[in-house]
Amino acid sequence: MAKKVLVFLEQRNGSIKNAALQVVKFGAEVASALGMEAEAVTIGNNIDGLSKVGGFGINKVTHYKNELLENYSSSAYSKIVSDFANELGAEIIVISNTALGKDIAPRIAVKTGSAIAVDVVDYKVEGSEIIFTRPVYAGKALTAVKLKPEKKVITIRPNVFNAGEPGSDSAEVVTKEAGELDLREKVIEIKKSEGKLDVAEADKIVSGGRGLKGPENFHLIEELADVIGAAHGASRAVVDAGWRPHSEQVGQTGKTVSPNLYIAVGISGAIQHIAGMRSSKFIVAINKDKDAPIFQIADYGIAGDAFEILPPLISELKRLKEN
Amino acid sequence: MKIAVCVSHVPDTAAKISIGPDGKNIDPDGVTFVVNPYDEFAIEEALKTREKSGGEVIILSVGSDANKESIRKALAMGADSAVLLKDDSWRDSVAVAGALADEIKNIGAELVFFGKQSVDYDNSIVGQLTAEILGFNCVSVVVSLDINDGKIRAEREIEGGKEVVETSLPAVITAQKGLNEPRYASLKGIMAAKKKTIEEKPAATYENLSEVTEMKRPQVKQPGKIIGTDASAVPELVRLLKEEAKVI
Repeated sequence: MAKKVLVFLEQRNGSIKNAALQVVKFGAEVASALGMEAEAVTIGNNIDGLSKVGGFGINKVTHYKNELLENYSSSAYSKIVSDFANELGAEIIVISNTALGKDIAPRIAVKTGSAIAVDVVDYKVEGSEIIFTRPVYAGKALTAVKLKPEKKVITIRPNVFNAGEPGSDSAEVVTKEAGELDLREKVIEIKKSEGKLDVAEADKIVSGGRGLKGPENFHLIEELADVIGAAHGASRAVVDAGWRPHSEQVGQTGKTVSPNLYIAVGISGAIQHIAGMRSSKFIVAINKDKDAPIFQIADYGIAGDAFEILPPLISELKRLKEN
Repeated sequence: MKIAVCVSHVPDTAAKISIGPDGKNIDPDGVTFVVNPYDEFAIEEALKTREKSGGEVIILSVGSDANKESIRKALAMGADSAVLLKDDSWRDSVAVAGALADEIKNIGAELVFFGKQSVDYDNSIVGQLTAEILGFNCVSVVVSLDINDGKIRAEREIEGGKEVVETSLPAVITAQKGLNEPRYASLKGIMAAKKKTIEEKPAATYENLSEVTEMKRPQVKQPGKIIGTDASAVPELVRLLKEEAKVI
C-alpha cells in the first residue's frame, strides 16, 4: 500500500478556509512527487463544501463531526488528528501556518512522534528525500531543513503556494463520530475585531508609519485601504506609540505578510519592518525622505508628502472603482 | 506555586544578519544579542502572577554561557532564581523542549511561560512542544490572562480577532505582545540580580530530529522607480498599479 500524506483542513464557522485549499494542492503535489497518496481530515460540526477539495487534487476527506468541536480545542483537535494519522500510517502531515495551525502542529508532532518544520515556503525532492525551505530571522535569511525521521509534520505559509483553479473532481466525504473528546482546552467565545480584514490574511495591505504625524491622521490610511479592499497595517513605531493596535503591526515583532500589494505610507523602512513585508509581490512607498530604505525594495515610489498625495490618490482610485 | 519562565537569547531585531562561513548559521560577529522580545512579556506576566497569588519565579534557559546576559536581565526584573541548561551546540526545537520539560518536572513548576516565538528561528513551537511532552495544558499567543484557583481564562490572538480559551493548571502559556507592559529593571533589581547565583547544569541529551543543511540570504529585490515627488505623480501610480502590476 502506498505511503500517505495527510492534509489537515482548517474550518471557521463551518467553511473551509482558503489557506486550507492551498494545503490540499500542496499535499497532493508532495504526495505525487514522493510516490505517496494524499488524504484529508477535518474537524468541526457542519462543514460546507468539503467535496470541492477533490478539485484541488485530493479525493478523500474524513470529517470528524461533533457540535462540541465547532470551535477550536487544542487538546481535542490534536488528539483526533494524531489518532487518525496513526491509524492511517501517515508519514507526512501538512497543516496551514495559521493561528490554529501553529498551535496544533507541534502538539501533533509530539503525539505522533514526528519531526516538525513550520512556515515552509518552498521544497524540493531529491530521490526519496524532501528538503524544506523556511525563513528565519523574520525573512532576513532562509534555511534548508531536512527532517530525519520518516514521520514529519509541516506547516506551510499561507498565500505562498497557490491553490490554482479547481478542477471538476469531487471528493468522497466520510463522516465519523469523534468518540470521547479531550476538551481540556476549549474556546468558549470568539471576539471578532469589528469588520476589519486581518493583515495576515489580506491580499492587499496599506500601512502607515510615523510620517502620518499622529493617530488622528490614520483615517487617510483607512480610506485608502477601504477603497481598494485592503487591510490596515502599521509600523512598530506607531504601535509602540499607542497610535494603532498591535494586531496591525507588520514586521519582526508583528506579523510577516506577503500580499499582492503592499502600500507603505510614511514608513522609512527599518530593518525589522522590511523583514516582515519584503516578500510582498508589489510594493508601493510614499515617503518624504527620498533616501528612506523603503525605496530600496519598493517597485514604485513617490518621494513626497503623504498629506499631499493621499487625498488625490484616494479620489482617483474611487473614480476608477465607480467606473 | 512555582512559576517557570523559559528565556532565549537572540540577535536584536535591528541586527543585520549575515551568513557564517559554515553556510548553516549566522555570523555572530558584531551582532548584539538580547532577551528575546516576546520573552519579556512572559517574564512580566510571571512576575505579575507572583505578585497576585504568591509563589516563586524561576528562569530557565538552554544554551551557552552567553545566555547568562539575558538570564541576568530577567533576574533584575525580579525573578527569584535561574537555571542555565548548558549546551554549546545547536539544538532544534524538539531537543530544546525535551531539556526544558525535564527541568520543569525537576523543579515542580505548575505554570510555565514562554514568549510566543523566538525571533531567531521563528518556529513558535517550543512552548506547545514542551506542554505536550509534559502533559500540561497549553494556550499559545496569549494577549490577556486571568488565573483563579487553578482555572485559566486566556485570550489568544487569531486572524481577525481573539479566541477566549478556558483551561486549568498545570499549564504552559506563550506570550504575545500586548499581554502587558514589561517593567524596566530598577537599580535595586540590577544590584540584587548580581548577587543571585545562576545554577548551571548540562542540558539533558535529546537527539535533534531536524537538521539545517544550508542557510542563505533571500534574493535581493531590485529597487523600482521613483515616479514623482508630489501629487502630480498620482495618475501615473494608478496607471502602473492597474496596467503593469495588475493589482487594482
